[in-house]
Amino acid sequence: MTDAARAEAEAVLSAPPRTLWRDVWRQFRRHRGAMAGAVIFIAIGLLVTLGPQLHDIDPTAPNFRARNLGPTWAHPLGTDNIGRDSFAQLLHGGRVSLAVGLSAMTLSILLGTLIGILAGYFRRLDGPLMRLTDLFLALPLLPLLLVVIMLFRDPLRTAFGPETGIFLLIVFVIGITSWMQTARIVRGEVLALREREFVLAARSIGTRQHRILIRHILPNVVSPIMVAATLGIASAIITESALSFLGLGFPPDFPTWGRLIYDNKDFIQSAPERVLWPGLALALTVLSVNFMGDGLRDALDPRGRGR
Amino acid sequence: MRLVRNLMLGSAAALALGAGAAEARRGQDGQLNILYWQAVSILNPFLSGGTKDVEGASLVLEPLARYDQDGNMVPWLAEDIPTVENGGVSADLKTITWKLKPGLKWSDGSDVTADDVVFTWAYCTAEGGGCQQATAFENVANVEALDALTVRVTFDIAKPFPYGPFVGATSPIIQKAQFKDCLGPAAPQCTQANFYPIGTGPFVVKDFKANDVVVYEANPHYRDPDKPAFQTVVLKGGGDAAAAARSVMETGEFDYAWNMQVQPEILAAMEAKGIGKVVSAFGTSVERLMVNFTNPDPALGEKRSTREGGPHPFLTDRRVTRALSLAIDRQVLVDVGYGPAGQVTCNVLPAPAIYNSTNNDWCKKGGTPEAVAEAKRLLEEAGFKPGPDGVRVRESDGRRLSILYQTSTNAVRQETQALIKQMWAEIGVETELRNISASVFFGGDPSSPDTFQKFYADIEMYTNNFDGTDPQNYMGNWLCKEAPSPENNWLGNNMPRYCDPEYDALFLKLSQTAGLEARAEIAKKLNDMLIEAGAIIPLIHRGRVSAKKNDLGGHIMNPWDSELWNIADWYRIK
Amino acid sequence: MFTYTIRRLIYAVPTLIAISFIIFSILELSPGDPMAQVPLTVPAEERAKIAEAMGLNEPFIVRYGLWLRQFFINEPLNLIEQWTGWTIGDGERLRVRSWITRAPVTDLIAERLPQTLWVVGLAYLFGVMIAVPIGVISAYRQYSWFDQLGTLFSMVGFSVPTFLTGTLFILIFSVWLGWFPDSYDTTLVVRDWPSFLAQVRQMIMPVTVLALFNAAQISRFMRASMLENLNQDYVRTARAKGLRERAVVLVHVLRNSMIPVVTVIALGVPQIFAGAIITEQIFRVNGLGALLIVGIEGADYPLVQTLTFIFAVLIVLFNLIADILYGILDPRIRYD
Repeated sequence: MTDAARAEAEAVLSAPPRTLWRDVWRQFRRHRGAMAGAVIFIAIGLLVTLGPQLHDIDPTAPNFRARNLGPTWAHPLGTDNIGRDSFAQLLHGGRVSLAVGLSAMTLSILLGTLIGILAGYFRRLDGPLMRLTDLFLALPLLPLLLVVIMLFRDPLRTAFGPETGIFLLIVFVIGITSWMQTARIVRGEVLALREREFVLAARSIGTRQHRILIRHILPNVVSPIMVAATLGIASAIITESALSFLGLGFPPDFPTWGRLIYDNKDFIQSAPERVLWPGLALALTVLSVNFMGDGLRDALDPRGRGR
Repeated sequence: MRLVRNLMLGSAAALALGAGAAEARRGQDGQLNILYWQAVSILNPFLSGGTKDVEGASLVLEPLARYDQDGNMVPWLAEDIPTVENGGVSADLKTITWKLKPGLKWSDGSDVTADDVVFTWAYCTAEGGGCQQATAFENVANVEALDALTVRVTFDIAKPFPYGPFVGATSPIIQKAQFKDCLGPAAPQCTQANFYPIGTGPFVVKDFKANDVVVYEANPHYRDPDKPAFQTVVLKGGGDAAAAARSVMETGEFDYAWNMQVQPEILAAMEAKGIGKVVSAFGTSVERLMVNFTNPDPALGEKRSTREGGPHPFLTDRRVTRALSLAIDRQVLVDVGYGPAGQVTCNVLPAPAIYNSTNNDWCKKGGTPEAVAEAKRLLEEAGFKPGPDGVRVRESDGRRLSILYQTSTNAVRQETQALIKQMWAEIGVETELRNISASVFFGGDPSSPDTFQKFYADIEMYTNNFDGTDPQNYMGNWLCKEAPSPENNWLGNNMPRYCDPEYDALFLKLSQTAGLEARAEIAKKLNDMLIEAGAIIPLIHRGRVSAKKNDLGGHIMNPWDSELWNIADWYRIK
Repeated sequence: MFTYTIRRLIYAVPTLIAISFIIFSILELSPGDPMAQVPLTVPAEERAKIAEAMGLNEPFIVRYGLWLRQFFINEPLNLIEQWTGWTIGDGERLRVRSWITRAPVTDLIAERLPQTLWVVGLAYLFGVMIAVPIGVISAYRQYSWFDQLGTLFSMVGFSVPTFLTGTLFILIFSVWLGWFPDSYDTTLVVRDWPSFLAQVRQMIMPVTVLALFNAAQISRFMRASMLENLNQDYVRTARAKGLRERAVVLVHVLRNSMIPVVTVIALGVPQIFAGAIITEQIFRVNGLGALLIVGIEGADYPLVQTLTFIFAVLIVLFNLIADILYGILDPRIRYD
C-alpha cells in the first residue's frame, strides 16, 4: 500500500502540469458545498468590510430621539433601545467578530497542531508537553484573564491605541487558552500514525524528521484539525462576547456579534430581529467555514480524489 | 401573654396593615416564593454586609427599632423609641436607654433578655471577628443591661444621632446562647449558627444551601399568634435580573423578586401581561460621576492620581465640570436605563426630603439647547476652542479635551456611558469608555490599577448611599483626609480627592450640632459645596425596584430598611 | 501498559502540586478582591479589620502552605472521621473555608454535586449518545440529506450561544406553553412517582440545551474521523473478505475512528464537574458551575482554588484514561 501511495504521490508531483495544489483546487472547485461556502463566506467578508462605507452611520452613536425604531429607509434594521443603528452595528460587529474569530482560531490551531504533532511524534517531548496541556486545561480562565488584562492592557494601549491594543490582547488570550483540545486530538492521531507502515517506511529510507512530519503525518491529521478550526471560529466569537460581558473585552460601546446577541437577548420578545440577524450572521459564517473545510478535506484526501 | 398580644396588635395596626390581616391565621396561605437573583450566602449579617444576606437574615433576626417606608423609626423589639423628651436619651447626648417589649421569645422558646443585646455588641466589636456592621457601634463606650429588659448604650462622645446600634436590618439582635462560643476569630467557624441563626422574627430557617436557596418556616414562638400568614417561605437565588422579572411577571412561578435592574421597556412589556407589577421606592442611592481632581497621567508613575502628582490639567476648572454637567440630559438617562427606578437629581444627598437642597437645580435643564449653549460658552471661556476634528483644544497649551470615563460592568451603566459620551461629543468633548469587572472595580485590591479608589481615569461612575437616615458619616466621605493615596493604602472614600478646609470645618460643626433642622441646614450646605466645586456630578436618584405578583398583599416597599421588613404582614389575596 | 499507568500516576503527583501552586499564584496576582462584597457604606478602617480577620494580610507562601495542609491533611482526616465515626487527634482542625459563606468548601461542593451530576452529567451522556450515531451515519452516507441536515443542526447548535437557546427555551416552554418550570428546585427530593416526574420536568430544558451543544461538537469529530477511515485499504479488505457491511462499519471502521472522539469525550468529562456556568445560571440550577462563578466574582479564593484543583485532578485522570484507551483501540500505540 505504501509503495503504491508513494508511487502515486510521486507521479502526481513529477508530472509538471499537475501539481498537488492545482489538483486540490480543481477538486475543491468541483465540491458544490465547498463552493457555496466560499461564496457565502466571501460575501459576508465583503459586506462587513465594504458595507460600512455604503451605510455610513456611526454604530456607536446613540440617538435618544430615535429609540426602538422598526426598519425604515434610514435604518434598514431599525434601532436599539438607545437609538443606535442596528444595521451599522451588525456590519461593524461583523468586522470585529470575523477578525477575532479567524485570528484567534488560527493562533489556537497553529499552537495546538504544533504541540500535538511534537508530543505525538517525539516520545521525549510527550510527557512534558502533555503535562503543560494538563496545566493549561486546569487553569481558571477568568482569574487568568483578569491577570493578563491587568498586566498588559495599559502597555498595549499606549503602544497600539485602545482598540488595536485590546484586539491583540483578546486574540492572544483566546488563542492561548483554546489550543489544548486540538493538541490532544492531534497527538492522539499522531501516536497511531507514528506506528503505521508508511511512516516506518519513510523513516527506514532515511527521510528527515521534519519531512516526515510535514509530508506524511500532517496531511493525515488534517481532518480533525479542520473540524477543530470550524468549531474554533464559533467558540472564539462567543468567547469574545463573554469577555465583553464580563468587562474584559472591547470598550463597552464597541459592537461585536456575540455582544449584540447578549445585549439584546432580553428584548427577544419585543424585537426578535435584534438577536436574529447577528445570530444568523454568526451561524452562516460558521456553516460556510464548515463547508469549505469539508471541501478542503475531501480535496486533500488522495483516495477520494477523482471519485 | 394577653397584654403582649394587645400591644402587638396595636403596633401592627399602626403599620397600616389593611383589612385582610384582621381575620388572618398563622400559616393559612401556604408557601411564599421569593427570588433574589444574587443568592443569599450566609444568614449572619455581621459576617456579610451584602444586601442579599442582610435581607435574607431579616426574616429571622430583628433589631430594636426599624425604619418604616417613610424613614421614620418604629419600635420593633423595643417598647418605644428613646428620645431626649421621653428621657430615653440623656441630655448630654451620651447615653441612650432602650426598653425591650416584655414576653419576647426566641424561636427555640427561651426568653429574650437585655443580655442578648449586650452580647450582640460584644460579638460585633470582638477583636479579630471582622464584623461588617462595626460602623453601627462607632463611639460606643459601653453597653450594659440595667435589668432583664433594659439596656443602656454609653457613647464616648456626644451623639446627636444616637440611633446607630441595634436599629435597622443591618444591626439586629442575636442570641447569646447560640453565639457565645463564636466570638472574635471563632466567628467564621460557627457554620451552624451562621447558617441557622435563632431569632425573634416571623420565620425560622429550616434548610439553607449557601448561594442557592433558603427555606423558612413560620416561627411557632412569634409574638403575634396570628402571623405570619405564610407557612413556609422559599428564598431562591440565581440567574439574572431580567430572568427574575420574567419568573414573577410572566411565568408567575415566584411571588416576589428583588432588584430589577432591567431596561424599563422590558419591564413595561412584562407588566402588561397582568400577572405582576413593578414596585419602587426611593432611599439615598445616587448614581454619580466622580471627577478626578488629581492628574491620572500614566507618565506620573507612582504619583498618578495622587495630590503629589499635581492637579488635573482641566477638571479642577469649575467651568469645565459645570459644562460637562450641563451637557447631560438626565431625563434621557432615566428613560433609557431606569424607568420607575430612577429620578433626575442634582444632589449627592437627595434624601430624606429635609436634606434635599434646591440650590443646584440648574442641572435639571441639562441637555436643553440653552444649557448646551451655556456649556459651550463656559468651555470657550475656559480657553477651549473647537479643533479640526470637532474636539476642543485649549489654546494656551494645546491640551485636548479628552476624557477617560470608567465604571463597573453592568448593562445599564454601559448604556449610560454611551449616551453621556454622545452628549459630551455635542459640546466638543472626546470620551474613551472603559468598563471594569465589579469584583475588581469595587474590590480595592491595592495591587490592581483598576479599582475605583485608585481612579486611574478622569471620571468614574458608580452608586453610593448610606444606611439609615442620618447623613453624617456619608458627608464625612469627602473630608480632606479621606482621599485615597499610597500612604493610606488607597483606602478612603474621597474619590475626587476634593480638599477644602472650609468643608472640613463645616463637617466638624455638623458632628457637634443637635436638632434635625440645624443639621439639615449644614448637610445641605456641604452637599452644595461639593456640587459647586464640580467634584461630583450627580446623575440619577436611584430607587429600589422589585417585582411582585398581583395576588401578594400586605407588601410595603421600604427603601430605608430590609425590603422584607414587614413580611409577617404579607398574605395571599384571595 | 501497566507500568506506564503506574509511572503516569506517580508523575501526576508533582504535576498536580505544581498546578496547584500556579493556580494559587494566578489567584494571588488577580486583581479581584473579596472586599468588593463589603458594602460601600463600610468605612476604610473597618474594611482593613475585615480583611485582616480573613487572613488576607499573611504572606503569600504562608497562605499557600496553609491551604496545602488544610486540603491534603485536614480535609481527608475529616472525611475519614465522618465515614468511620473515629476521632483522630482532638478533632479541631482548620478546614478550607469559603470567604463569602464561611462554610467549609468541601461541604459546599458536596451540596452542589447532585444537581450538577443530574443536569450536566446526563446532558453529556445524552450528547454522546446522540452524537456518535449521527456522526457515523453522516459519514457513511456523506452528502446525503441526513448528512446535510446533521451538519446544519450541529453547526447551528454550536454557533448559537447557550444563553440564547436557554432564553428561547424558557420563553417557549415556560412562558408560552407553561410545560416546564423555569427554575430548578434543588430542595426537591425524589421519593415517589410525582416527585420523580417533577424532577424530570425541571431537568428537561437545561439537559436539552446542554446536550444539543455537546452533541454538535462530538458528532463533527465522529463524522470527520469516520470519513478518514472509510476509504482505507483495510475496509476494502474487510469487505472483500465477505464481512457484512454492518460489521465492517460498526466494528472495524468505528473502532479505528474513535481516537479523536475518545480524546474529545475525555476532555469533556472533567468539564461536567466544572459545571455549565451559563446554563446553570439561566435555569438557576446552582450547581458547581454557579458556585465557581460566584466564587470568582466575589474573589472567594479558597473556594476557587479548591474547586479548580479538584478539576485539575480530574483532567489529569481523564487524560490518562484517554491515553490508556488509545492503546486498547489501537494496539500499535506503545508508550514505552
